[in-house]
Amino acid sequence: MEDQILNTVNWARAQFALTAMYHWIFVPLTLGLSFLIAFFESIYVKTGNEEWKKLTKFWMTIFGINFAIGVATGIIMEFQFGTNWSNYSWMVGDIFGAPLAIEGIFAFFLEATFFAVMFFGWHKVTKGFHLFSTWMVAIGSNLSAVWILVANGWMQYPAGMAFNPDKARFEMQNFTDVALSPVAVHKFTHTTSSAFLLASLFVVGVSALFLLQKRHQKMAKRSMVVAAVFGLIASIFCAFTGDEAAFNVAQRQPMKLAAMEGLYVGADNAPLIAAGIINSRKKAGDDQPAFHQAVKIPGLLSLLANRNANSFVPGIDDLVFGNAGRNIVGAEQRMITGKLAVAALGRYKEAKAKGDMTEATAALAVFDQHKGDLGYGYLYSAVQAVPPVATTFYSFHIMVVLGTLFPLIFLLVLYFTFKGTIESQRWLNIACFASIFLGYVAQQAGWVVAEVGRQPWAIQGLLPVNVATTNVAASNVQTTFFIFLTLFTVLLLAEIRIMVKQIKIGPEA
Amino acid sequence: MTSKAKQLYLFYQEGFRSMLVGRTLWKIIILKLFIMFAVLKIFFFPNYLKENFTNDGDRARHVLESLTIMPPSH
Repeated sequence: MEDQILNTVNWARAQFALTAMYHWIFVPLTLGLSFLIAFFESIYVKTGNEEWKKLTKFWMTIFGINFAIGVATGIIMEFQFGTNWSNYSWMVGDIFGAPLAIEGIFAFFLEATFFAVMFFGWHKVTKGFHLFSTWMVAIGSNLSAVWILVANGWMQYPAGMAFNPDKARFEMQNFTDVALSPVAVHKFTHTTSSAFLLASLFVVGVSALFLLQKRHQKMAKRSMVVAAVFGLIASIFCAFTGDEAAFNVAQRQPMKLAAMEGLYVGADNAPLIAAGIINSRKKAGDDQPAFHQAVKIPGLLSLLANRNANSFVPGIDDLVFGNAGRNIVGAEQRMITGKLAVAALGRYKEAKAKGDMTEATAALAVFDQHKGDLGYGYLYSAVQAVPPVATTFYSFHIMVVLGTLFPLIFLLVLYFTFKGTIESQRWLNIACFASIFLGYVAQQAGWVVAEVGRQPWAIQGLLPVNVATTNVAASNVQTTFFIFLTLFTVLLLAEIRIMVKQIKIGPEA
Repeated sequence: MTSKAKQLYLFYQEGFRSMLVGRTLWKIIILKLFIMFAVLKIFFFPNYLKENFTNDGDRARHVLESLTIMPPSH
């Protein structure tokens, strides 16, 4: 029975990951390219130069292709909530149901009005109103990402709510605490800035291809300058928000931070691993080394985690087995209190069914005392609280290395463009084109860190994935997994094919 | 039809008519939405709690039941 649940959970997780990863191929380009188009069109309106209009229309067509292929791919995740994650879906429905529905309606009306003006209105509305519509599409598209990212932030740091044991739901107590929790804010700012970065890489990369092919060189250079400036600003902002996000992870999800850095034994002046090869046989609590090879920067992890280079950063062992000297309660101890909470909830349920209010009140008091560790009560072993360390570690480091590389590319593009020799820098143009792919790798790696790093939790500390899921047959989830794999691959191939065709035609179309 | 409504209708009609790449994209969008809502949602993605329980009270009891099952000890 337990194996069957695990099998279903793993397939449900795989299916959700597959859908989310495919969805996130389309979304960041939409978010970032919408702003780049607004910049291009603003320059056209300001200068009146028809070349900028032609350039704007070309990138708008690329934007339209990406938007059309990607639209509604996220709805599949909502289907999965109702089928595979019904317990989770029920429990958080009060918090996210209405805002997500409002956001969906808002996005629909925005798209039906301003998208139409943006694509159909070139000769039918004034230049000013057309530009306004383009900006509204950019702002609206990015705003429509707010609630889904707030929801994700809440799952990582469940603030502003209370559990109602009669309805088996989390209910919102404070809207501001949910919408403006530091995790939600940094989730939104880091995600959108990384999307701006990706779109900038895309525009720079496609423009570099034009330069390599000696086609549309004037347009390519103009696009490159605007995208490189936007990309550079986005990179700096992304680094800043990434640092804040990591600080929040250290404060609220210390296990994730420990996995991101492969830190098993907590330390003062903890080093940041600049590069390393994880020892895959290493388990929590054993004596094996965590790394086969590692390049360490002393004190940097402590600085990142606590803004103090000499401070203590807990490791996986501390968080699993506890560290009394550092006042850290481990998962082992939290499992004991968590099971008290689960048992009390059971007694409350039975007492209420029998109408025994005295027992129900007593059970609820015990539950309230221990509910902060509720999720640990569902774990069968303390090491279950450890996320997959190697996946989290490598994804984090790939994201950081690529995130450091991209601003250098933007700087080089700007340097050689202003020097007037960008078209002769073949190596740089090849690197720019390759960076499109690397940009997507960084995006996906970032989400792997965020989502794999918080395992086993669907809601941090309160609901593990094995309780969040529905008791359905694993074979059902397997079937739909492969249907999605086929559907999304076909969509992706269609996008690439149509986009490549349009890029081959270029802005002359 | 009032003149404003007619203008709006013509705006969309001419816009759709003059589309080039857009026609292919609309075909993809319609096909995709059909597969998602008319096939996947209906045949593969029933809402478990809505299908199996008639009211919110029963749904809450079912979820609470799941939340009060202790995991096996290892």
